[in-house]
Amino acid sequence: MASRYIANTADEQKRMLGVIGAGSIEELLVKIPAKVRLARPLGLVPAMAETDLIRHLKALAGKNADADSHVCFMGAGSYDHYVPSPINHLVSRGEFFTAYTPYQPEASQGTLRTIYEYQTMIAELTGMDVANASIYDGASSLAEAALMAHAVTARNEIVLSRGVHPLYKRVTATYCEGPGIRLRDAAGPDGVTDLEAARKVVGAKTAALVIQTPNFYGCLEDVAVAAEIAHGAGALLVVVADPVNLGVLEAPGKLGADIVIGEGQGLGVPLSFGGPNLGVFAAKKELVRRMPGRLVGATVDSDGARGFVLTLQTREQHIRRAKATSNICTNVALCALMATVYLATLGRRGLVRVGELSTAKAHYAAERLTKIPGISLRFAAPFFKEFALKLAKPPERVVTRLAKQGFLAGVPLKSFDRALADCLLVAVTEKRTKAEIDGFAAALEKAVA
Amino acid sequence: MAHSAAAAYDKLIFELSSPGRVAWSLADADVPEADARTLLPAKHLRSEAPALPEVSEFDVVRHYSRLSRMNYAVDTHFYPLGSCTMKYNPRINEDMARLAGFARLHPLAAEAVAQGALQLMHELARDLAEIAGMDAVSLQPAAGAQGEFAGVLMIRAYHRSRGEKRTKVLVPDSAHGTNPASTALAGYEVVEVKSLANGEVDVDALARTLDTDVAAFMITVPNTLGMFEPRIVEITELCHARGVQVYMDGANLNAILGITRPGDLGFDVCHFNLHKTFTTPHGGGGPGAGPVGVKAHLEPFLPVPVVTKAGDAYALDWKRPKSIGKLQAFWGNFGMLVRAYTYIRTMGPDGLRAVSDNAILNANYIMKRLEKVYDIAVPGPCMHECVLSARRQKKLGVTATDIAKRLLDLGFYAPSTYFPLIVEEALMIEPTETEAKETLDQFCDAMIQIARETETTAAVIHDAPLTTPVRRLDQTKAAREPDLRWSRRP
Repeated sequence: MASRYIANTADEQKRMLGVIGAGSIEELLVKIPAKVRLARPLGLVPAMAETDLIRHLKALAGKNADADSHVCFMGAGSYDHYVPSPINHLVSRGEFFTAYTPYQPEASQGTLRTIYEYQTMIAELTGMDVANASIYDGASSLAEAALMAHAVTARNEIVLSRGVHPLYKRVTATYCEGPGIRLRDAAGPDGVTDLEAARKVVGAKTAALVIQTPNFYGCLEDVAVAAEIAHGAGALLVVVADPVNLGVLEAPGKLGADIVIGEGQGLGVPLSFGGPNLGVFAAKKELVRRMPGRLVGATVDSDGARGFVLTLQTREQHIRRAKATSNICTNVALCALMATVYLATLGRRGLVRVGELSTAKAHYAAERLTKIPGISLRFAAPFFKEFALKLAKPPERVVTRLAKQGFLAGVPLKSFDRALADCLLVAVTEKRTKAEIDGFAAALEKAVA
Repeated sequence: MAHSAAAAYDKLIFELSSPGRVAWSLADADVPEADARTLLPAKHLRSEAPALPEVSEFDVVRHYSRLSRMNYAVDTHFYPLGSCTMKYNPRINEDMARLAGFARLHPLAAEAVAQGALQLMHELARDLAEIAGMDAVSLQPAAGAQGEFAGVLMIRAYHRSRGEKRTKVLVPDSAHGTNPASTALAGYEVVEVKSLANGEVDVDALARTLDTDVAAFMITVPNTLGMFEPRIVEITELCHARGVQVYMDGANLNAILGITRPGDLGFDVCHFNLHKTFTTPHGGGGPGAGPVGVKAHLEPFLPVPVVTKAGDAYALDWKRPKSIGKLQAFWGNFGMLVRAYTYIRTMGPDGLRAVSDNAILNANYIMKRLEKVYDIAVPGPCMHECVLSARRQKKLGVTATDIAKRLLDLGFYAPSTYFPLIVEEALMIEPTETEAKETLDQFCDAMIQIARETETTAAVIHDAPLTTPVRRLDQTKAAREPDLRWSRRP
């Protein structure tokens, strides 16, 4: 049967073959040795009609407990923030989502302009001079930052705070294996990094100190002190920050960061089971020629009109090949567009409001939940929108039970840190209502009783 | 000078800002609202609100709608960008990826309440393994380049597990730039292998280069000249005899679906570009997805976690001590996986075979129609794309770039230019199976017109493009005086 995605009819195929001078499509395959030809059809499920396939996929989707069917208190790097309606409509315009990397700038000014806006917004939020067009996700952005710090300083060690997302550390370790970069830990038993201990680990071999704020446990770190320690040893300071928090929290660039990376999923990108996400990457301008990824710059056309192009491409793999600053090619431009539309929509005051509401609701929730017997805050350090609770009952069992009552209760920390096996990481965004938080508290109270 | 209606719009969102306008809607606090400034220590607080635009919702929608019209895209223009497989992006894929059970699923949801997502991943990995003739597939790599990186790391781990210290990876001079870049990132010395004039691997030279320091040979099949490597089985056998692993760059997989399989050709590893072969949209530069498939001997080294099935239950398996580790924080570009799964189920085995047949037919048709007016890099038949050279036109002062720009005026996006590097003034054309004959004819007519103009009215080519929102842009100025963010002009 004909496929709705292939236009050629049998008659058209025949006419085209006539022009080519071949008797059949088979004749065009002469260079493929007969012995490696697949002699049977692929062993796949037969083609499904559109309505049957939709039914099948809806059934699969229906097996998942999502943030629409459940009230979401999960975070740990992926958050249920407000997504204004225009985002999905605008990224669904075929002119955006069916184009590719703007290799022909004159025919790609739409994409190039949105990336230039994105770079401007991210640079502004992070307090850095330049931002790139995106990396895959927060974790691979951190890995790229480690490689960049290694290249800039010609030093071989990266010191990572214990508060850096454990999965980001694992990705960074994968990327550092080839160049032989050593990763070292800076301890932090009380929810925040012990910066005086870090001072002893950071030294002449350190390419960068990496600190995350708020860290994986939701606690705020002292970035200015970390900067002083890193710079004192001639190392770079890499700060992992969630840009959606930066309406309220200080721009890491103002506190001494040399590179700021983060996960931009909170800026209007769907949860989507963890991908695609949005790797944010920004740096000081003196480091720009060592940056990974695409950069868009403003220039003029032959009539002197303003226009935009991919620039500083001699850093990149398609020009520099084995000596490129990174192997990245395709990035996550459409997710960067979601973030651009998000930041245009929220604007100066809206982003501040998102941060204020998240803080207020998270603190209300923490107070409410810790009134429950058998539940306490695990760390005393100040937190922003996320906090670790110590539970009297195993967190995995609590999570399973609450899922049945319509709550995604949080992220059990056992698989990330055995010392925190009795802890649950709870995130509260601006979307949560008082009624939802109170309902969650009532359900949690029964579950830990 | 305005050349078209679209050129009239020259705003950035910041230039629309009017203090006091809002485009957002957030409910008032329903909890006792303590000011963030009292809840958090002052040193953590932003001293100055971020300088983001203040616009209305309609400002946002009209601005980005107008910007979108400054793009050529698959939906609006034939987009023959070689090596990128710019085919139609089915709308059902978009609808399925947006189902709440997928789009609104948290990555750390307990396995018991994410069974539908895990099942989809498990089945997609199995389908891709069947399509490529591989034993196992990891869906985690975020793009082709990350798939390459993962593949090379697995090869490295494999050699090490056997106590072998091999230090070099061979890459043809016709390869995509990501091949040497990913290989270098994995800690290998990259050795470039010269291709024969026809783009094929010089098997004799390869045999001389394959010493005990070589860990892998990485090649693209069909090659970047659009040709099937006729001695490929001999090549993979030769490599294996020397203890060398063979990696296939799967960028051109659209040419061989159901015809032959990387695994059957002798490859140990290959990656898939779901945004090329499997219709996930290119997004203006991603997100893509770059799953990587391996033969059984490399399976222990796959990235963690691996989606497993026991009875009817799906799980994420983290207990894989030989794994190369993780590539992204979570499990892969899941939204893209939903789209690719939907596409494979839409097409079925016969449909996928028809994809490659028609992609090949369309490319050969273009090559045949253009072979008299342009030089052909290698005589056909070709596979899913063909490479022309504008060397004849260059002698008359018209380069591949000029031809690309003139095509924009004639209503087509441009082919890939100056790639592969081994072809002078290369124009790499990949029509894909989703284009109709009349579109191919219009494109060929335009190419023939440009060849004629080269000989008669070359000025119209040198002046191109005239119909796009901007004319040729000053790349040198952009690089010499980097202007990478907007600021208010005084």
